[in-house]
Amino acid sequence: MAKIVIDQDKITEPETILELCPFGALEWDNQYLSINAACKMCKLCVKKGPAGVFTFIEDEVVTVDKSQWQGIVVYVDHMEGNIHPVTLELIGKAKELAAKVSYPVYCLFMGHNITGKAQELLQYGIDEVFVYDDEELKDFRIEPYAAVFEEFINKVKPSIVLVGGTTVGRSLAPRMAARFRTGLTADCTVLDVDENTDLAQIRPAFGGNIMAHIVTPNTRPQFATVRYKVFSLAEKTSPTGKVTFCTIPKEKLVSQIRVLQVKPKEKVKSIEDAEVIVVAGGGIKSAKDMEMLQVLADKLGGMVATTRPLIEAGFADPRLQIGLSGRTVKPKLIITCGVSGAVQFVAGMDSSDNIIAINTDENAPIFNVAHYGIVGDLYKIVPDLIERLAQGNE
Amino acid sequence: MNIIVCIKQVPGTSEVEVDQETGVLKREGIDSKMNPYDLYAIETAIKMKEEKGAKISVVSMGPPQAAEIIREAYMMGVDEGALISDRVFGGADVLATSYTISQGVQKFGQYDLIICGKQTTDGDTAQVGPELAEFLGIPHITNVKKIVAVKEHSIIVDMDMPHAVQTVEVNYPCLITVEKDINQPRLPSFKRKLATKNQTIPMYSFKDFSDQNENNYGINGSPTRVIRIFSPEANNDREMWKDTPDVLVDRLTNKLKELKYV
Repeated sequence: MAKIVIDQDKITEPETILELCPFGALEWDNQYLSINAACKMCKLCVKKGPAGVFTFIEDEVVTVDKSQWQGIVVYVDHMEGNIHPVTLELIGKAKELAAKVSYPVYCLFMGHNITGKAQELLQYGIDEVFVYDDEELKDFRIEPYAAVFEEFINKVKPSIVLVGGTTVGRSLAPRMAARFRTGLTADCTVLDVDENTDLAQIRPAFGGNIMAHIVTPNTRPQFATVRYKVFSLAEKTSPTGKVTFCTIPKEKLVSQIRVLQVKPKEKVKSIEDAEVIVVAGGGIKSAKDMEMLQVLADKLGGMVATTRPLIEAGFADPRLQIGLSGRTVKPKLIITCGVSGAVQFVAGMDSSDNIIAINTDENAPIFNVAHYGIVGDLYKIVPDLIERLAQGNE
Repeated sequence: MNIIVCIKQVPGTSEVEVDQETGVLKREGIDSKMNPYDLYAIETAIKMKEEKGAKISVVSMGPPQAAEIIREAYMMGVDEGALISDRVFGGADVLATSYTISQGVQKFGQYDLIICGKQTTDGDTAQVGPELAEFLGIPHITNVKKIVAVKEHSIIVDMDMPHAVQTVEVNYPCLITVEKDINQPRLPSFKRKLATKNQTIPMYSFKDFSDQNENNYGINGSPTRVIRIFSPEANNDREMWKDTPDVLVDRLTNKLKELKYV
């Protein structure tokens, strides 16, 4: 049983001690120091507090036999056999990780009438593609999909499971992590693997300007989701792997859900597919000023996107939001206008090829990721730039 | 019909920084608010209540001060609520949090529908809803953008997928997570504020739960460990341009030419 214990006798300055906790979980009452439910077990009080006051006690934990769990599996995200490109990005990362710990790379592909597509996956150097093809799996429904996933994990025992951060992936991965009582780290921006096969998962955390390195040390499999456009596509190679067809008893595919209709959406160009993006940030004073950025985006053959506060203010369609609660983008060129650069936003765009930032505050965190940081007022620079670009076209 | 809505208190601001010298988190002005996405979940429940009649309960997990958001939910029109709070639950990751809430939900007795917001603004993981559904052994539908029909034994909803809208009918009991454009949440009413002024907020702690194994809660029940926190690395090959607007526009135009966008 892990816990933090307090030695009340060693407390000399309670006021200073209370400030140790960034979450306000320390309470001083009646000459007695206690920890309340706000504790996040970050152990900062143990590390930074006066010697002996806080002690972290962790018992021997029961650890799974990690050698029993081998390989990295990528969940194949698709709609009626059309494979989502995030799958190929995850395959690329999986192969890189697998090389470090001599693991095979698998794909888990479930759906209906998808057999032909399974062969195509082999050309990315997959060792084995496991296919579950059943009419009950035609549309995504959580219980049958989870049942197949469970069957697969019990059969193959993969150490690492990578799932794309799509609507289906974000619904399925947590369900599976809970079923196996193991860890899931959402929206990882960096993945690596340690020699002991622990997956090093890095993502923004605590809702602030902080990155966290997270591991799942005592349980297997280790689940991680990664968004589209975070990693690079896998490269093609000569296929050496095989496709294995699997079946699952029908009674495991029962569901309380009936799909009544699947209506394709009108094709709107999404910011994920744009090569050039102009971003409106908090420096934009009113909704009508968005037009100015649209003109700039048009001149550069790109799209306009925004930060979360502007979506909340109703300045733009939520589908245009970049960041952890919006979309992740990786364009060739991104110009941020009046964006301060909160980590939530940066995580959604920092792998862009060329980042140009315009902001009046030279200490804005956006300048830490920008290749070209322009300290200036967007209301002066953008109109002039548009004019210059217009002249250039004449 | 019995509806349970899960809500969370989140920091009022996302401006959290690491002190570069000490490595300590700096949280200035620890003001908090209800996770904005949860307002849509509450509004979804209230709309169902107005149309079909229902009892709405809210449940939250957090420190004692999180009771504030349950009071806010009362003011919006929720019938009852409870706060799950105990030091034993401290340091919980998604798995332990979902499990703890699943224990708390069972205190409310029989339910038909659980509604969660799409995600929180502090963790942004969108995982607790599906994990909670798994622990309760009920189906879930995420990203619900429209309630099509509320029937006696089932509900019909539109699920927002990237390239399609999937209309599904799901039997009770089930869990849904709702998108922010599903409705326009009402503001807390002053009338309701007065009417619910004396309404209590029960608190559930570890001793109230049926599972009395401490290893399933808090940091002990959490398979993930944060082993390091750090500030994002700065880009080393960056250039800062400070000059008059005219010069800046010149340089920018030239750079765009160089990158072949002009």
